[in-house]
Amino acid sequence: MDKSVAVIGGGVAGIETAAELGKLGYKVMLFERDSELGGNVRNWDRLFPSRRPAKEVVENALASLNGGISIYASTSISSIKKENGAFTIHSSDSKQFQAQAVVLTTGFELFPAEKKEEYGYGIFENIITSRELEKMFSDYGKPRMTNGKPPHRVAFIHCVGSRDEKVNRPYCSKVCCITAVKQAIEVKEAIPTAEIFCFYMDLRMFGHGYEQLYKEAQVKGVNFVRGRLSETSEAAEGRVIIKVEDTLASKPMRLTTDMVVLMVGMTPATGTDKILQSLGLKTNEDGFAPVKDVHLASTQMGVEGVFIAGACSGPNNITDSINEARSAALQVHGYLNGE
Amino acid sequence: MVDFGYGSVKTNNFDLDTAKTELASYLAANDATFNLCIACGACAATCTASKFTNFSFRNLTNQIRRGEEESSKKEAAKCMLCGKCTLVCPRNVNTRNIILLIRETVQTIHR
Amino acid sequence: MKIEGKRNIWKAYQKEIADDDYYYVRSCIRQNFFPGSETTFLRILREVLKKNVYDDQHHTTCTGIAYHCEVVPFETIMTVVGRKFALMKESGFRNFVPSCVTSFGLYTEILDTWEHHPKVEEKIHENLKLATGRNFNVPNNLAHTSDIIFKFREEIAQQAKYKLINKATGKPLKVVDHIGCHYAKMFPAKGVGGAEYPYVLAGMVESWGGEVIDYPERRHCCGFGFRQYMVNANRGYSLSASKKKFESMEPFKPDFIISNCPGCGFFFDRWQYALAEMEGKTYGEDGYGIPSLTYEEVAGLVLGFDPWEMGMQLHQVTVDPLLDKMGIAYNPDDKFKGINKEDLGRPESPKNLRFYK
Repeated sequence: MDKSVAVIGGGVAGIETAAELGKLGYKVMLFERDSELGGNVRNWDRLFPSRRPAKEVVENALASLNGGISIYASTSISSIKKENGAFTIHSSDSKQFQAQAVVLTTGFELFPAEKKEEYGYGIFENIITSRELEKMFSDYGKPRMTNGKPPHRVAFIHCVGSRDEKVNRPYCSKVCCITAVKQAIEVKEAIPTAEIFCFYMDLRMFGHGYEQLYKEAQVKGVNFVRGRLSETSEAAEGRVIIKVEDTLASKPMRLTTDMVVLMVGMTPATGTDKILQSLGLKTNEDGFAPVKDVHLASTQMGVEGVFIAGACSGPNNITDSINEARSAALQVHGYLNGE
Repeated sequence: MVDFGYGSVKTNNFDLDTAKTELASYLAANDATFNLCIACGACAATCTASKFTNFSFRNLTNQIRRGEEESSKKEAAKCMLCGKCTLVCPRNVNTRNIILLIRETVQTIHR
Repeated sequence: MKIEGKRNIWKAYQKEIADDDYYYVRSCIRQNFFPGSETTFLRILREVLKKNVYDDQHHTTCTGIAYHCEVVPFETIMTVVGRKFALMKESGFRNFVPSCVTSFGLYTEILDTWEHHPKVEEKIHENLKLATGRNFNVPNNLAHTSDIIFKFREEIAQQAKYKLINKATGKPLKVVDHIGCHYAKMFPAKGVGGAEYPYVLAGMVESWGGEVIDYPERRHCCGFGFRQYMVNANRGYSLSASKKKFESMEPFKPDFIISNCPGCGFFFDRWQYALAEMEGKTYGEDGYGIPSLTYEEVAGLVLGFDPWEMGMQLHQVTVDPLLDKMGIAYNPDDKFKGINKEDLGRPESPKNLRFYK
C-alpha cells in the first residue's frame, strides 16, 4: 500500500497507533522528539491499579511495531500544513515529510512544580514530585531523603498544578489521586513504620480497581486528610513543615514531615499549540488539543484527515490512551478508504 | 508578672507533632474497620443522638485521630447505641463497636 | 535550603523603581516609634547618594490606619490620597515615595482600583476639586522607601564603614527579615521578589555582609491588624501573632530583625518587652531580647552614622549588644543625653527584659 500516515509523538498512544496502522498495512512514520520511544511511561516505576512494572507496558507496545513503521527519533515536529488533501509535515531541523493522514499523539508534560512558589519546590530540601518518587523506587526500591536516610513521615499533596486558577490550570488531571494512593501504599510497604498522609481536596477513584486500592491504603494505615496545602516551610535537618486545614474538623493543622511528595498535574506538551495553529486549529479552553465531538468523535479533529489519541487532548490514563490509539487507527483506516 | 489588661492566646490549631494518638492506635488495633471511614457523614445524618445534641460519630472519630482524647471520651457518652449508624455505613465500619471500645478505655487506659 | 531556587523566583519579580527626583511622604506615626529613621533616609539619599528628594511639609496622614480600622470609608481615603497626588503635582515631582508600608499598600490598592475602574478615578477628581480646588495627576512611579534603599544597596555597600558581621568571630550576622503584609501580599508583582520569598530586605542584608535566615513562620503577619491592636480587648490576639514568630525564630539564633514596616518593627520591639514582663519569657541572648531595626537604621549603621543621632536609644530592646557585636564605635555616655548634651535621666529598667549591662 502506498498510503502513509504520520504519527506525531512516540509515547504509548503514538506507539499503539503506529502498531495498529502497521498491522493494517499502512506505511507509518512515527516521530518522537526524544532520543527514545516510550514517552512519559518510561519515567514511571509501577502502574496503578495493579502496580505492574511500567516497562512491561512500554516493551509490549514496542514489540508490536513491525517493519512498515519508520521511526524518526530525536525529531521534533514544528508544523503541519494541509495542501490538496495531503499533509506536509515540517520538522524543526527543516526536513519535510508527506502523508495522507496525521495522528496527533504529542501527550503531556508534568506541571513544573516550582510555579507553586509557596510549596517551596526547588527551594526547601525533601520536596519532590510524584515522578521523582517513582525514580527513587526504580533506583533504590524506597524513597530517600537528601541526607540518604529513609523518611518516617511522608505527606502526599494532591492537585499540584491542577484545579488551580492561580497557575491557570483549572482542570483536574484525572490520574494523580490514584497515583498518590498507589505511591502511599508503596512507601508504607517499603518503610512499614512510616506515617503516611494524603492531603486531598476530593478523591477521584473513578476507574476499575481504584476504590479497592483506596481501601487497601486505609487498611495499611495511610491517613487521608481532606484539606489543601497552603504553604511549606523548612524545619531543622531539612524536614518540612506543612500547613493544611482539616476541613472535616474545621480546624487548621500543622505537622513536621520528612518528605513532601507533590502530585503534579498534566500540562499540554510544548509545541502542540504551534502544530495546532499550523493546521488552523485553536487549543481548547484548557490549552490541550480540541477533539471533534467529545462523545461521538473523540479521536477525530476539526480538520479532515487529522486524528488524535492519548493525553494530547487532555489528562488521560494509559488504558484509555491505548484504547483511543486503537480507535484512531481504525478511524484513519476508514478515512483513507473513502468513508 | 505585670497585668497589662490582655494576654497571649493559645493556638487552636491541631499540631500533629504533639497530638496524643494513643486512643486512635488502640481503636485501630482492636477494630479492623476503624481505618475504613471515608467521612461520608451517613452515620451522623441518621444518628438518633444528633437530633438533640451536637453528637456526630464522623466528627468524633476524626477528633480522636487528631489527638482530642479527653473531649472525645466525654462525647462518646452521648451515643444511645441504637445502631442506626452501623446500618447505613457504606464501608461497613462497626461504628457501634467503636463507641463501646472508647467507653471501655475510659475504664482501662486511664484509670 | 537551595538558595538558587529562591534566586529564580526573585528574578521573576522585578519592579520598576525610579532613579532620582523623589517626592517623599513621611509616615504619620513612625517618628514616634523610630525617630530618626526618616531623617536618616534623607541623609542617605542626599548626602551619600546625592539624590534629589523633596520632603513636603504640607502633606497629611494618608488615614490608612483609620481606613483599616473601618473608620474612614474608601471614597474618603481616595480623596485624601488624591490631595497628596495634587501636592506632588504642584511640587513638580513625579516619583512618589512613601515611608510607611501600609501607605504603600494603600496607594497600590488605589492605583489598581483606578486602573480597572476609571469612573471611580473621575469621581475622586471631582471630589477633590469641590473640596479643595486642587487637581492631581497619578504618579509616574510608586516605590516604597525600602525599594529605594534596595536599589542603591551596592552603592551603600561601597561606602560602608562596617559590615553586618560579628567582629569577634568574623562570621556574618544572622538576620531575620520581616516584610510588612501590605508591601507584597496584596499585589505580589508590586514587591521586589514577590510575596512568598520577598527580596527587598534580604538583598540589603546580603549586600552588606549579613546572612538571611529562614524560619518556619517567616511569612506570618506580625499581628498589627489595626482593629486588633487598637482595642485593648483584642490586643492579646495581636500580641500572640508576634509571639508565634518569636518562638519560631528563636532556635535559629538571629542577631537582629530588620523590617520595612513601621508597625511591624514597632511590634517586634515592644512586644518582646510586654511578653517579658507578662510571662517572664525573653528571646535572644542573655535576656536582652532580639533587637528590631528599621532598614534605614541598618543602612545608617553600615555607613557609620552615629546610632544616637538616628534615635536608636529609644528602642525598647536595647541595641547596645548588637553595636558591640558589629564593632561599631559609639559613645555609651551620650546615649541618654539630649540634642544639646543635657542629661535626660535614665529610663527605668524592665523587671525581666535586660536593658542595662
